[in-house]
Amino acid sequence: MSGSAGDYWKANIRLVSILLAIWFVVSYLFGIILVDVLNQIQIGGVGLGFWFAQQGSIFTFLILIFVYAKKMNALDRKFNVHED
Amino acid sequence: MDLQTLTYLFVGGTFALYIGIAIWARASTTGEFYVAGKGVHPIANGMATAADWMSAASFISMAGLIAFKGYDASVYLMGWTGGYVLLAMLLAPYLRKFGKFTVPEFIGERYYSQTARVVAVICLIVASITYVIGQMKGVGVAFGRFLEVDFEVGVLVGMSIVFIYAVLGGMKGITYTQIAQYCVLIFAYTIPAIFISLTLTGNPVPQLGLGSELADGSGYMLAKLDTVMMELGFKAYTVQKGTSLNMVLLTLSLMIGTAGLPHVIIRFFTVPKVRDARASAGWALVFIAILYTTAPAVGSMARLNMINTVNGVDSQGTAYTDLPSWFKRWENTGLLAWYDHNGDGKVQHAAGSAFKGKPKFVANEDGSAKRGGYEERVVSNPSDGGRKEGAPFANEIYVDRDIMVLANPEIADLPFWVIALVAAGGLAAALSTAAGLLLAISSAISHDLLKGILRPDISEKQELLAGRIAMAGAIIVAGYLGMNPPGFAAQVVALAFGLAASSIFPALMMGIFYKKMNNTGAVAGMLAGLGSTLIYIFIYKGWFFIPETNNLANTADNWVMGIQPESFGAVGALINFVVAIIVSKVTAAPPEHIQHLVEDIRVPKGAGAASGH
Repeated sequence: MSGSAGDYWKANIRLVSILLAIWFVVSYLFGIILVDVLNQIQIGGVGLGFWFAQQGSIFTFLILIFVYAKKMNALDRKFNVHED
Repeated sequence: MDLQTLTYLFVGGTFALYIGIAIWARASTTGEFYVAGKGVHPIANGMATAADWMSAASFISMAGLIAFKGYDASVYLMGWTGGYVLLAMLLAPYLRKFGKFTVPEFIGERYYSQTARVVAVICLIVASITYVIGQMKGVGVAFGRFLEVDFEVGVLVGMSIVFIYAVLGGMKGITYTQIAQYCVLIFAYTIPAIFISLTLTGNPVPQLGLGSELADGSGYMLAKLDTVMMELGFKAYTVQKGTSLNMVLLTLSLMIGTAGLPHVIIRFFTVPKVRDARASAGWALVFIAILYTTAPAVGSMARLNMINTVNGVDSQGTAYTDLPSWFKRWENTGLLAWYDHNGDGKVQHAAGSAFKGKPKFVANEDGSAKRGGYEERVVSNPSDGGRKEGAPFANEIYVDRDIMVLANPEIADLPFWVIALVAAGGLAAALSTAAGLLLAISSAISHDLLKGILRPDISEKQELLAGRIAMAGAIIVAGYLGMNPPGFAAQVVALAFGLAASSIFPALMMGIFYKKMNNTGAVAGMLAGLGSTLIYIFIYKGWFFIPETNNLANTADNWVMGIQPESFGAVGALINFVVAIIVSKVTAAPPEHIQHLVEDIRVPKGAGAASGH
């Protein structure tokens, strides 16, 4: 049990690390640090960097949480630690 | 029907609804009072969380902030939404698994220390009380603006409504009223936005309108706004004005602070299962994002609308007597002011200040507003009327940021019922957040201080009564402070987020993710994070916010590495993590049963009786 609980936790940390890396990239990197570079690209009438800062990052956050919820529920079942 | 009657009808109707819900959703156990019996559906909880989270500031002030700061206001948009990612992945499911009633309770048990629990209670109460003052003020202001009743009467009515449903229903009553309040506030926010987007760009979806071309054929909306603003001597709307480091830290502070605010965290204690807590955070963000992705469109379009209305078709200003009625209506509330610097009878808007600080209106002897030659309100503190570099003329008006949402329906010439709806929406936003904060405060008092520390032997019935008394007391204190706001009321948001970010969030996160974290480490970390953040804020904003006691002027030149006081929470959190880890390394490891507790909260299995094994 302790081995499998350890593996479950490792898989969890791996998943969260990947998702938080994306969280960082869309907000801090695209929305702030690289904003001027990305603003060279226009989608409709909005610079891409500006769009990430005011809309794109929020949409990405949403996707990240639902992906997390789905993958974690799958991990719960795989390691047999799900609720009844 | 006239506007006044319609507004009374809308506000009265929503209030009747809230009271109806209160009677239906009475709490009869402490479980229902603190966590709604853990029976709230994740989507319903998501909606309640969204209302709990979106305060008077989100509803009224944020679009104005965006309108005036442009791109730089992105920190609020990202900061106040990105925190939900942290909450969903790092805290909510585990705290739900722990399965208790309050945030200090987790900290107390995880760190096997009453000291840690008391420190958490203090942080919670300070953060929540400061936050709730703003909500009570918001209620008073909304009443004053829309129903023309006295500020104090407005606060009293708001207090009574919250009193009824929060004291009767506790978390259960609050949850279902918050759901109703979310529906009211989101309609009130999006309907004017749809109208405005449709009129300006022909696109009914505000999120798309932001990137659309203007309906009058003058190019893309944002490009036009950039041009217009630069012609008036402002910096372009879409370019960055602050430093990247400060923006990164402010965003991070708001995110960590959001995830660490107790009134938001306890909402996730109300769902039946761990997996519901995960999904519920996603649903909360869905409902929040509807408003937060609409706000950038409202902000930019309102700004463009306002400039066009004030400066007129020839961009040379509009005669005061020809301005639409909303201008005079809002001038009467003191949120708008005009001084005719060049004496041409026209109102002109450009970069620069028209007044020295906020406008001071002159009153007649009988207390009524003194009027000038055009029936405008007389102001006693005009600036020297100089033209700012790059501006075509001197700025002649003062515009309060809050006007952008409140007056938006009038600026866009929308029907009266939309204006009445905005009034009800602003009240819903303030009341729902106030109720959530008050519950966090009262449960910390009755459950953590009374039942947990002072009188562990009281029965459940007595604790429930104590919870209701604590709630009533908290409402009275909050109402009193709302009517007599201490001088620091304006600074409180920085304080609330700073406290949550630098003390509560790291303690919770390490409690889950770092099994070896012990009580001395956690307490030392919380005190170090809290202390450093408070000191940094006090140095610039005055010690305990007493005016004139600040050591350095609160300007960008004085900030360490350009970090503004509001951004320091993230640094405080880092200090907390570092100090806690170092101290825990050199002191005794936590006892065996605590390490088992951590292992137990890491897996969802057995959530129903989390603390039982």
